[in-house]
Amino acid sequence: MIGPIFSSLTSISTYLMVRQIRSRGAGLLAASFIATIPSYISRSVAGSYDNEAVAIFALTFTFYLYLKSIRTGSMFWGVCASCSYFYMVSSWGGYTFIINLIPIHALALLIIDKFSSKLYTGYSMFIINGTLLAMVLPVVGFNAVETSEHFSGFFVLALMNGVALVKYLKGTLTEAAYKKALRLFVTTSIAVMGVISLGVITFAMTSPTLRWSGRSLSLLDPTYASKYIPIIASVSEHQAPAWSSFINDLRTAIILMASGIISCFRPLSEGSLFLVIWGVLSVYFSAVMVRLMLVLAPVACCLAGIALSDVLEVLCRSAKYSSDNNQPETQKVEKKKKGKQSSNRRNSASGSKYGLIPRSLALLGIAGIIFVLSYHLFHCSFLGGEGYSSPSIILQSRSRDGGTYVFDDYREGYSWLRENTDYDAKVASWWDYGYQTTAMADRTVLVDNNTWNNTHIATVGRAMASPEKKAWDQFRKLDVDYVFVIFGGLVGYSSDDINKFLWMVRIGGGVYGDIKERDYIGEGYYRIDEKASKTMLNTLMYKLSYYRFAEIVGRDGQDRVRGTKMGNPDVKLTYFQEVFTSKHWMLRIYKVLDKPNLAA
Amino acid sequence: MSRVSIPDLGEIVGVFRKEYAKTPKLVKVVDCFIVYAVTTALLQYSYMLICGSFPYNAFLAGLGCSLGFAILTVCFRMQINEGKMLEKVFADYCVACIFLFLVAISYVG
Repeated sequence: MIGPIFSSLTSISTYLMVRQIRSRGAGLLAASFIATIPSYISRSVAGSYDNEAVAIFALTFTFYLYLKSIRTGSMFWGVCASCSYFYMVSSWGGYTFIINLIPIHALALLIIDKFSSKLYTGYSMFIINGTLLAMVLPVVGFNAVETSEHFSGFFVLALMNGVALVKYLKGTLTEAAYKKALRLFVTTSIAVMGVISLGVITFAMTSPTLRWSGRSLSLLDPTYASKYIPIIASVSEHQAPAWSSFINDLRTAIILMASGIISCFRPLSEGSLFLVIWGVLSVYFSAVMVRLMLVLAPVACCLAGIALSDVLEVLCRSAKYSSDNNQPETQKVEKKKKGKQSSNRRNSASGSKYGLIPRSLALLGIAGIIFVLSYHLFHCSFLGGEGYSSPSIILQSRSRDGGTYVFDDYREGYSWLRENTDYDAKVASWWDYGYQTTAMADRTVLVDNNTWNNTHIATVGRAMASPEKKAWDQFRKLDVDYVFVIFGGLVGYSSDDINKFLWMVRIGGGVYGDIKERDYIGEGYYRIDEKASKTMLNTLMYKLSYYRFAEIVGRDGQDRVRGTKMGNPDVKLTYFQEVFTSKHWMLRIYKVLDKPNLAA
Repeated sequence: MSRVSIPDLGEIVGVFRKEYAKTPKLVKVVDCFIVYAVTTALLQYSYMLICGSFPYNAFLAGLGCSLGFAILTVCFRMQINEGKMLEKVFADYCVACIFLFLVAISYVG
């Protein structure tokens, strides 16, 4: 239930945020967009949510409270904003986005000369309290004052203090004295700040712990991960998104987002500037990694809500007040004075009657918008249901008469492990299946989805890529009892371990020097047929996947995923013994023998 | 941009003193408070330079508390208009102070 509860809370906080920036109508539209957008649904669907469901709620709520504290200048809201920031830090590592976005926004406000005591109050409360609170969490600890990701907050705070001092002097000193004082202050402060910044930057660059962490660097430089950290590059969610995923995940919101950015400039307030900066930055980051499309989703919804509310405001006003003939212009001339006195807060009941269009056109426009929105809703619910709601542990396909056929191999394998092995048995597999094995098979695994320990995963990868005897030695040293692989060759399941094998080689090779990727690639490209490299045909992964496969499909039989014949149909195992193969040969479990099987 | 010389500096300080004498008494009290908070922060920092920074979290908590309190009082001063104290601003200030001290105490360990 956590997913739906938090996504409804996200809708509410998005409404509050956009209502404060623009008007109630824009808030409602933005909330309805974020309630239905597939990108967010993918992370918050009931039954398969991720911690980002909670994190996006914390994000929008923090931004709402922060914008409110800047607008009212009250310290109480600043305290609330930092509490919400604390919640955000404890829920997702993406909090570094907030702690950099807010200083950038404050810097932009300082540059366009919108400094006020309210900005100072809100910002400084947020940074000071937020940093202290973030340090309380063990995960962040001293990182909050030491790593480069947090420096921008302090830098802008120092800058803001300087600007506050200058404004105060301007208020107190006389004109001539102020000019001289300003000159003096500016020169000394530039010198001091320059020296300090230079010192901090050189110190941070040379020290290995203070530099930007690997995760942040892989965001700033998209090619970083593939060169230095293969485990980050191997996750499919970390690849750059295709155009289709932008349209698929965000549909109408991404199209309206551009006009939303333009709408934000008329008029430009602190809140709308914040949305613009947030939007531009998240477009860059979501283009680096598919996973970060999630950060683009809330701002795309807000901007789309603003754009749509602007359009609807004109249309609805026209539908209400104008008629079909030439009257709108005379009405415009008459009511212009009234229009100029209308309040800043753009509510659709403001009563200003300029810019009307003929009534029939207005009604046509409204009907068009209703059509577009309902199409968007239809698409979102379709994608949410079909695309993002199916559990990945049970696969299904359509059979010839239209019914669904279920592949339940994963659960079959896990329940075999649960029933037929000792409670203390240790199971080795690739890290993708770790959490599932721990939860469903209830056995200890070597590596799981929490990929914190790169060396350990590299050890398993190296073992999978070694010849059988060496792999047996390594697994015996690690005290492993069972090894399992996922094999899709019989049914055509393409996310199996043979397809992931090159990543095992890369990650293993990143830590151990004796595994080289070149050795595993056959003639021309990575293949497993007769032109595969000798090393590849001797690896444990190949043997465990294709053991006895020739008995089912024949010696010349085809592997349905690769579409080629096997390179070595006679696979013999001396150190491992097959104990279980699931119904569609998708999950194959092998026991690690104490002594080699001499009879084989 | 002509250089600012020492007599100019003296002139600036003199003008500042004259103008500052005009500020209301309440605001001057708050200003003293700010100076006191910044002094405690400087004292803690110099102690760290002399005696080392173990335990680090205690040092950070103490320093953060003093600096935070200084900034809070600056915000409070900015909101007091011409020596007129509004109840709401003072209540905000108290809540923020209590919160800051709570967080700092929990972090001192």
